[in-house]
Amino acid sequence: MKADRRSSIWLNAALASLQSVGARYGLGLAIIIAWQIAAAQAGSVFFPTPLEIVVRSGELWFSGPPSHFFLSEGVFKDVLPSLMRLLGGWALAVVVGGSLGVLVGRSRVVSDIIDPALQFLRAIPGPALIPIFIILLGTEATMRVSLIAFGSVWPILLNTIEGVRTVDPVQIDTARSFQLPFMARMRRIVLPAAMPKIMAGMRVSLSLSVILMVVSELVASTNGIGYRILNAQMMLLLTDMWCGMLLLALLGYGLNATFLQVERRVLAWHRGARQRDDA
Amino acid sequence: MSLPGTAARANAMTPEWRNRMLTVRGLRHAYSADRLAIAELGFQVNSGEFVAIVGPSGCGKTTLLKLLAGLLKPSAGSIYLQDRIVSAVPEGLAMVFQEYNRSLLPWLRVRANVELPLRYQAINAPERNARVARSLQAVGLAAFERLYPWQLSGGMQQRVAIARALAYQPKILLMDEPFASVDAQTRADLEDVVAKVRMQFGITILLVTHDIDEAVYLADRVIVLSSSPSRIVAQIPVEMPHPRDQITTRASDNFVAIRSEVAKLIRRPAEEATL
Ligand SMILES: Nc1ncnc2c1ncn2[C@@H]1O[C@H](COP(=O)(O)OP(=O)(O)OP(=O)(O)O)[C@@H](O)[C@H]1O
Ligand SMILES: [Mg+2]
Repeated sequence: MKADRRSSIWLNAALASLQSVGARYGLGLAIIIAWQIAAAQAGSVFFPTPLEIVVRSGELWFSGPPSHFFLSEGVFKDVLPSLMRLLGGWALAVVVGGSLGVLVGRSRVVSDIIDPALQFLRAIPGPALIPIFIILLGTEATMRVSLIAFGSVWPILLNTIEGVRTVDPVQIDTARSFQLPFMARMRRIVLPAAMPKIMAGMRVSLSLSVILMVVSELVASTNGIGYRILNAQMMLLLTDMWCGMLLLALLGYGLNATFLQVERRVLAWHRGARQRDDA
Repeated sequence: MSLPGTAARANAMTPEWRNRMLTVRGLRHAYSADRLAIAELGFQVNSGEFVAIVGPSGCGKTTLLKLLAGLLKPSAGSIYLQDRIVSAVPEGLAMVFQEYNRSLLPWLRVRANVELPLRYQAINAPERNARVARSLQAVGLAAFERLYPWQLSGGMQQRVAIARALAYQPKILLMDEPFASVDAQTRADLEDVVAKVRMQFGITILLVTHDIDEAVYLADRVIVLSSSPSRIVAQIPVEMPHPRDQITTRASDNFVAIRSEVAKLIRRPAEEATL
């Protein structure tokens, strides 16, 4: 009797969570199933079924020895270098965009001097710079990291400028009246106050970094996910090409989800304060 | 005028200066050519004195406090804190801002908000912790130190702002309508907290308020300002012994007499203007 009730509670909970999962992922699942059926029917070499792509992905990346956590050579030769360049370029964009943004946003003089240059540089699409970057920086990681940084710095820079410009003057006056030194005012007041805007910029630029990483690997490269995709296409390994695309989608999704988690923690105060304001 | 950061010293040894906390001479402030906020102010505040400033809304009270705190540069006139001219933000001065909720930092918990200014003073960690605990205790918020400011009611936030100023242990405390927008009972409690810590620490206090009763109840002297651009209409000494009591003091003949005198002075310039 008692056990019965308990198991029915469990059942209800399971059904409820299944329902919520269904609501969230139902459409995606339906699309995948439809794709599977359509691709199997068509039997085209250009469009392998999702199942084939997943199986092939397993062979490509998870067929390594246990000593390498079952990761195959391709992961170390292509995926990790790509990831390192992506994160390196993005980190550079965060540091440069953040510090330059604070300077431009808090100083009229600096803003007047470099704002026109920034507006001009910003208008150049990142990929258009690949030729000149190759000449200046060669074809190694430096060039690709710089390209990613250059292309993804703008959302961070512009959001930081906007964020530090709109810090509440009462907060600055408070810090000044309590004799906080200049650097402390920047670190303890201006940066945290601007953090919601800065992190919004960081998130946009993270997605840009993924795009730029791939673009940078389509030119004069010898490894990386982008290089693998291009290479597979040229060698008519079309399932491998699709595997690369799937990996990129998962990478982008995973990076964004991870960043959202971090943002939730760092900006918990901001959500709380805003809910309070709305109430 | 001296350069910012340097301290021009007045005649430090004369008895007149020894007991003086604040000296304001010929102070004038215009935000722009056609926006004169303060016409001409001159007054003094002695060490340990509690002075209340009352005046109609928009007359320049906040402007005056910002000038005293070195946050604004006066258009003319000079300000001395003890015997040093104020040319930048001075040491030993704390301010409770009128916009208390905006002056607390929403990303720091109550405790960290109170502690932040102390981190940049030459105070060791045990002393810092003790001060934070003591001042939160004084405003009755010891149990709330782990919450964020936005989790507190308006009156509690005001108390955090007051606790932060008290922990700083300033020589002079400037308060800009610190008890506005709380209910009458909280207001009375907060008034008594301030009166108590003032006796305890011997701080000099300058309190801006537009509540005449509050000014008379708390202060040793009330300075009445005219409407904008402000001048001093009168300075009225409040000769009543400390500690005072919300019920008996407010009911005393002396209190009622001073109170109506101040009320008349505040009303008079307005009446003259309408004539
Ligand atoms: N930043 C500013 N720029 C221009 N004018 C200002 C500024 N701040 C205040 N003023 C003007 O100066 C005058 C005095 O303002 P202030 O805030 O000092 O008044 P207050 O006595 O504190 O008023 P309240 O009692 O409403 O707080 C007002 O006329 C106001 O419009
Ligand atoms: Mg004011």
